[in-house]
Amino acid sequence: MVDRFPHYDVLAKRDTPSWNPQTRKVIGDRLATEEPEVLTPGQRATLRAVVDRIVPQPEQRPATNATALVLHKIMTNESDGFRHHELPQVREAWERGLDAIDAEAQERLGHPFAILDGDKADEILRAIEQGDVQAAAWASLPAMLFWSWRLIPDIVSAYYAHPSAWSAMGFGGPAAPRGYVRLQANRRDPWEAAERDDGRVISAEERNIHVG
Amino acid sequence: MSADPQHAPQASAGRAPDVFKPGGWVPMRQYPEIDEVDFVIVGTGAGGGTLACKLAEAGFSVVAMDAGPYWRPLEDFASDETHQQKLYWTDERIVDGDTPLKMGSNNSGKAVGGSTVHFAMVSLRFRPDHFQTRTKLGYGADWPIGWQEMWRYYDEVEEMLKIAGPVRYPWGPKRGRYPYRAHPLNAAAEYLARGAEALGIDWTETPIATLSAPRGKAHPCVYRGFCVTGCSTNAKQSVLVTWLPRAIEAGAEIRDLAMVGRVETRNGRATGVHYHRNGEWRFQKAKNVVVAGYAIETPRLLLNSANDEFPDGLANSSGLVGKNLMAQLNQAAWGQVEDEVRSYKGPPSLAISEHWNYEDSGKDYFGGWSYMSQGPLPIIWAKSLAGGRSLWGQDLIDEMNRNNHSVGLKMVGETLPDERNRVTLADETDQYGLRIPRITFAFRDNEKAMIKHAVDFMDQSLEATGATERWKEMNDTCHLNGTARMGDNPTTSVVNADCRSWDIPNLWICDGSVFPTVGGVNPSLTIQAVACRTGDRIREMAARGEL
Repeated sequence: MVDRFPHYDVLAKRDTPSWNPQTRKVIGDRLATEEPEVLTPGQRATLRAVVDRIVPQPEQRPATNATALVLHKIMTNESDGFRHHELPQVREAWERGLDAIDAEAQERLGHPFAILDGDKADEILRAIEQGDVQAAAWASLPAMLFWSWRLIPDIVSAYYAHPSAWSAMGFGGPAAPRGYVRLQANRRDPWEAAERDDGRVISAEERNIHVG
Repeated sequence: MSADPQHAPQASAGRAPDVFKPGGWVPMRQYPEIDEVDFVIVGTGAGGGTLACKLAEAGFSVVAMDAGPYWRPLEDFASDETHQQKLYWTDERIVDGDTPLKMGSNNSGKAVGGSTVHFAMVSLRFRPDHFQTRTKLGYGADWPIGWQEMWRYYDEVEEMLKIAGPVRYPWGPKRGRYPYRAHPLNAAAEYLARGAEALGIDWTETPIATLSAPRGKAHPCVYRGFCVTGCSTNAKQSVLVTWLPRAIEAGAEIRDLAMVGRVETRNGRATGVHYHRNGEWRFQKAKNVVVAGYAIETPRLLLNSANDEFPDGLANSSGLVGKNLMAQLNQAAWGQVEDEVRSYKGPPSLAISEHWNYEDSGKDYFGGWSYMSQGPLPIIWAKSLAGGRSLWGQDLIDEMNRNNHSVGLKMVGETLPDERNRVTLADETDQYGLRIPRITFAFRDNEKAMIKHAVDFMDQSLEATGATERWKEMNDTCHLNGTARMGDNPTTSVVNADCRSWDIPNLWICDGSVFPTVGGVNPSLTIQAVACRTGDRIREMAARGEL
């Protein structure tokens, strides 16, 4: 897929009035987050494979560390402020869920989930999404609830916490204290992403390297 | 940078954080725990924070406690959805029922200033008839307060928050100009306006609690668009930067990181509160206790305070504490347009139509709804697409990357009171050893009919603007109210019009839980108006020796 916002990088604004000190610290810490030693190596491998299918890495941009961020959440076992009455807490839900995903792959295809090719992995994930599961492991974890209340929100939240994902969207990213001036349609502040082929004289590439 | 406000109380040693100055402090009066203060208030959000100010200015001694931290937005808030989850109430809660509620973000806050620290600032008045739905419209329950009186208190709150809004509001009885001029429409808001014009209904600039001109030490809004994750420039007129500085100046004490676990009673009267701060349980004596923890924590505290005198929980002779939870409907219609909309710029809801709050014909359901333009940040948008359209994989990524061309309209819809929607106590306990809430909720036929009408209408509005690839997001909810309703009758309500409990004369409840009905508008302005009225009523009753 063609990059809609060529050369646009939210991080180029890091040292501009769009990023206050606390934002620089928070994002810096996030970018430096590595995978913690939590779960079993097998569970971590399964998670990496699931994350790759749910949120493929951006092309031609630095990879996100979504898996590390999900693992970090699992390690801290932090609540979101609510728990579906049929689901266990964060860490336990992920432990059971990853085991069940792997069991589902073993049962249907005779291989661990982590080594499946993309199409096969998606077939397993679709079955879980639709609750069409066979593995006995799902008896203690309703598959559709795990999918929609845990797996999807945790993974997409981790991925879209990363500046690479923001850049690919043409999202402005952090914006305090400068904020924005031009609010109308088709108007762009010089520190915003320019979209390819938007009909302007100066190319999007040229404008995007000057957002910082 | 000061000590971490999440781990060490900031308001102590005779001072509180100056919210307008990094590292700054303001002097704050403090009260010994053995002193019986006039009022201890549990919660410092739209209800408790506002009331703390009113009571302190009336000359009462006031201690207001909040379980959350005392932030200085200018130095503590990042432009980041994930990090700013620190503003939400994320302690565990169990959710069940046919429509289990997703808690923790747009419907709760754990901070001094409550959820107003991250609210979307939409500041609307109820339609007058919505204070008397039973009598005038045949559903729900009447409020024990008339709309004319509420209208005067709305004036007071709008002035206090310097609401930026239109010169002429299209709906309802005549009202004055809003104190500050309306903000410009962003592109997302223009799409609402064009759709409404095409369908022949009124729309206007949303009255909104963020500054459109300087005010004291606060600058005007810079349109950074992270409003619902907390405002790091102080343009947002939250309780944290409006009522509370005034309350402290008038002699109120704020205690941050103070979790109240139990209200004590003796001989049928409240005597104070047990609260957890600095790692230990403490007790504050008080002549009056005000519970202002919002629609979940208020009933939870009242139920957790059950004792030999009140075995079913405090103020619960009606059996209604925790019942009639109303989660407002928050469904949406979305579409794609040729224009670059970039809805991340500006407050998310700069244009509104209240048409369907005021128009009753053409409905096969009770109640009203408004709808507003939208500007979801990336994580919220990704969850909408993944949850609402089951997108994942490259499909999700590709759709996310078209976000600058997405537009949407979202409703704030009325949910009817229903005793089956309720807050009870689960057996599990939290980090304080307190039983956690269980929240049971389901949409009924009325809500389903309203949702259908609303999403169809919003979809037509988008279609009229040329939006294509439209879809409907059917599962969202927002503000919570009910669970300790006010009324005229002790058998059918928990508190009277003055927010005073029927059962315990020196126990008051002042937050969104007292709402008998919710209307189709965001509740914060009404909560603050009720708090202002309560403050005035308490002052009058005290003068007459009726406390």
